[in-house]
Amino acid sequence: MTRWSDHLLIAPVILPLLAGAALLLFNERRRQLKSAVSMVTVTALLICAVLLILRTDAAPQALVYRLGDWPAPFAIVFVADRLSAVMVLLTAILAITSLLFSLARWHSVGAHFHSLFLFLLAGLNGAFLTGDLFNLFVFFELLLAASYGLALHGSGILRVRAGLHYIAVNLAASLLFLIGVSLIYNVAGTLNMADLAQRIPHLPAADRPLLEAGAALLGIVFLVKAGIWPLGFWLPPTYSAAAPPIAAMFSIMSKVGIYAILRLWLLLFGDGGDALFGHPLLLAGGIATILFGAMGALASQDMPRLASFCVLVSSGTVLSVLAMGQSGLTGPVLFYLVSSTVAIAVFFMLIEVIERGRDPVAEMLAVTREFYGEEDEKEEEEGAGVAFTATLAALGLCFVACTVMIAGLPPLSGFIAKFAILTTLLNAAGPAPVSWTTWLVFATMIASGLLMLIAMVRAGIRTVWLPEAHIVSRVRLVEIVPIIALLLVSVTMTVRAEPVMRYMQATAGALHDSENYIRSVLPERPAQKAKGGGS
Amino acid sequence: MELVLSIAIGVLAGSGVWLILRPRTFQVIMGLMLLSYAVNLFILGMGRLRVGAPAIVPKGQTIDPSQFADPLPQSLVLTAIVIGFATTALFLVVLIASRGLTGTDHVDGREREP
Repeated sequence: MTRWSDHLLIAPVILPLLAGAALLLFNERRRQLKSAVSMVTVTALLICAVLLILRTDAAPQALVYRLGDWPAPFAIVFVADRLSAVMVLLTAILAITSLLFSLARWHSVGAHFHSLFLFLLAGLNGAFLTGDLFNLFVFFELLLAASYGLALHGSGILRVRAGLHYIAVNLAASLLFLIGVSLIYNVAGTLNMADLAQRIPHLPAADRPLLEAGAALLGIVFLVKAGIWPLGFWLPPTYSAAAPPIAAMFSIMSKVGIYAILRLWLLLFGDGGDALFGHPLLLAGGIATILFGAMGALASQDMPRLASFCVLVSSGTVLSVLAMGQSGLTGPVLFYLVSSTVAIAVFFMLIEVIERGRDPVAEMLAVTREFYGEEDEKEEEEGAGVAFTATLAALGLCFVACTVMIAGLPPLSGFIAKFAILTTLLNAAGPAPVSWTTWLVFATMIASGLLMLIAMVRAGIRTVWLPEAHIVSRVRLVEIVPIIALLLVSVTMTVRAEPVMRYMQATAGALHDSENYIRSVLPERPAQKAKGGGS
Repeated sequence: MELVLSIAIGVLAGSGVWLILRPRTFQVIMGLMLLSYAVNLFILGMGRLRVGAPAIVPKGQTIDPSQFADPLPQSLVLTAIVIGFATTALFLVVLIASRGLTGTDHVDGREREP
């Protein structure tokens, strides 16, 4: 009889799946019951995530859970190593804060919010924990299907229009996923990630082009999810139109693609040194994404659009730094990933609170005044200053914290992440001269930080400092608590930066040591030649 | 056999891609359906084509797996069909909602300005 704790790896998927399904049986009007059930489930998820982190930190190998207890390469396996644990914890933190935020009013603007939210969490956790390629596809579809429903939550022309494009693009990407997975299956004969990692070095050279074609298709799918430059045009309209707590959850969905690339490329192509498969394209695409995101942020007229371009900049930074192919960079870039995801999530929630009470006419006046350069502001300059309400002051401080986190300025975690990345970039060459790609990534990161700073400071001045904008409606406790909590997460990452960075370095070390992963999933079997004939 | 299947996949995929890029939502969804047919046939074909060898083992015998069709791609195709069915239904609903809210069946929600 297995203990309950043996099922820790499947709990992050089963709990929200069952809870979400159970909630469907209740009448839509029983909102308090639904809110209570989903809060309890998400709290349980947070506890599971923390337990996962503690157990993966203590275990020498990755934790493995074989569904149905079938033997290793035939069973669908759930594998929890440090990276999966970090992503599951990040999901849980974002989930509990977004859900808390949505309890103010967003959960009731449409039907089935809580069920869809829980299914989204089940899909996310499953995608992070699975060790089987087709199972990854299934969990991708689960989380995408839930996200289609959530992106449309609250309806309205903007959301439906953005949702149509979002669904069409992602359906096409899913079809590409299927083609890629089936190509890899055809060549290697297995779908288990660890088994693939064992078999791929021994494939005949004639099969290699097919394998790389399949991997390239998979890469395209993951990059579509991440929002890389020519494939990410669906992202700003969808994220800016989505309801704010849902946009906050979406900020981690763009990182699922990056997780998949990190996991699969290092496992399947790890024998080619530290360079990722297709890294020139990843580098070029990543830099283009950063520039596109930064310019889009500068050009955006309203703040949800600004926040969605921040998502692009964060994705692009992670991709271009990973494409540099230095194993010492993986730890800092994971730190950056966590920090920027938290920053963007809290930004989405903060925008909604700040903009709620704003007068759209006053905003348009402010823009036209700035554009046409009217000079009769003299009457504002008399007196001791502008009066702020305490609410507005608090929100303004939160906005400053967001700006600092997103732009990568001290003292918050965005700075530590950027500093760690830039230092490692420059030091990695040792006594040799630094390559031009390193300088390119360096310059792009610093330039994007500056551009994000300009964009966000300008938006902040318009919303918080301008006298016409001082109409802030009541902010409920259940909305400000998640914002403060996420900012405290960033502060904790700053104050306790050393333990966090050490954990990220250990995560990176475990990632690059694919033998460890393979051994934990396939303990007994020695490395095999690919089976001839058959399948 | 391979030729017939390849031509079928190619025709379906080509038509699907062309339709997906069209500006009317109904054409887009038709394109997605044709593409999903093509992809499902492709996945099936990835298990190597073999005629007259169903993946059923006679009771109690040990068999040579290379004499039977590969069952795994068949289950992959079933999963893909079911998932595609659900997402097609969802997309149809969004299509109708978009037609209702925007008054046009153009994918961008408004006709292109001339």
